[in-house]
Amino acid sequence: MKRRTLLKSSLTAGVAGIAAGAGLLTPQVVMAAWPKSAFKSKTIDNAVKNLLGSSGLATSGDITIKAPPIAENGAVVNIAVTSKLKNVSSISILVEKNAQPLTSSFNLSSVTEPFVKTRVKIAKTSRVLAVVKSGGKLYSASREVKVTIGGCGG
Amino acid sequence: MAVNTIRPRVWVDGDLAILKMLITHPMETGRRKNKKTGKKIPAHYIQSLIVEHNDKVVLDGMLGPAVSKNPFMQCKFKGAKAGDKVTIKWADNKGESDSKEVKIS
Repeated sequence: MKRRTLLKSSLTAGVAGIAAGAGLLTPQVVMAAWPKSAFKSKTIDNAVKNLLGSSGLATSGDITIKAPPIAENGAVVNIAVTSKLKNVSSISILVEKNAQPLTSSFNLSSVTEPFVKTRVKIAKTSRVLAVVKSGGKLYSASREVKVTIGGCGG
Repeated sequence: MAVNTIRPRVWVDGDLAILKMLITHPMETGRRKNKKTGKKIPAHYIQSLIVEHNDKVVLDGMLGPAVSKNPFMQCKFKGAKAGDKVTIKWADNKGESDSKEVKIS
């Protein structure tokens, strides 16, 4: 009897395993529409407009960008954005002098702290801009990063 | 997907869960040239990076080619405790994807 239950359970486990395997094989559509036009935009204004629907940015002192003043290697620059604004729904990081300024954008849930840290490529000395969406309005802060070796070279 | 591409670390500090992760990915911009052949290396980069806490999305990231190779990402969220499930998923422009589930320590 014991043997029989064992067989039965292993059989169900096997079926579950196959199902999980099939799930992995089919291309997972985890992403919503990737905002191609925003990422392809050549200016900050256009990128912000295509991404967030408006390019009206209010400069805010409640956004802090932590970035090195001089980046020796533009291919890997640590950028951390923290905001003291309330109801932050997204944080976007843009590099003004990159051919395509928008590097990344993060939508936050109500329990997510208005903070994100990542690493971006910076082609040459440029302003780094953080755009924070809070209560439907857009706020921004910027900081200059000097680059000695570009990150997008060929 | 034999290779594990996502290396997360998540822990609770006070009322916040802190998640740090490293993802192994080339993040090719499509602008770089192969030095030997002179041909352009095709773009290959992560477009979507999603973090879920107990199946609820806490961070929905859209990435472009200007995110560094082997992306690093850190975020913080409230309402988590030890033992909770955190899932990280990514998908790139070539249709490749990976996901990883961890328990908060």
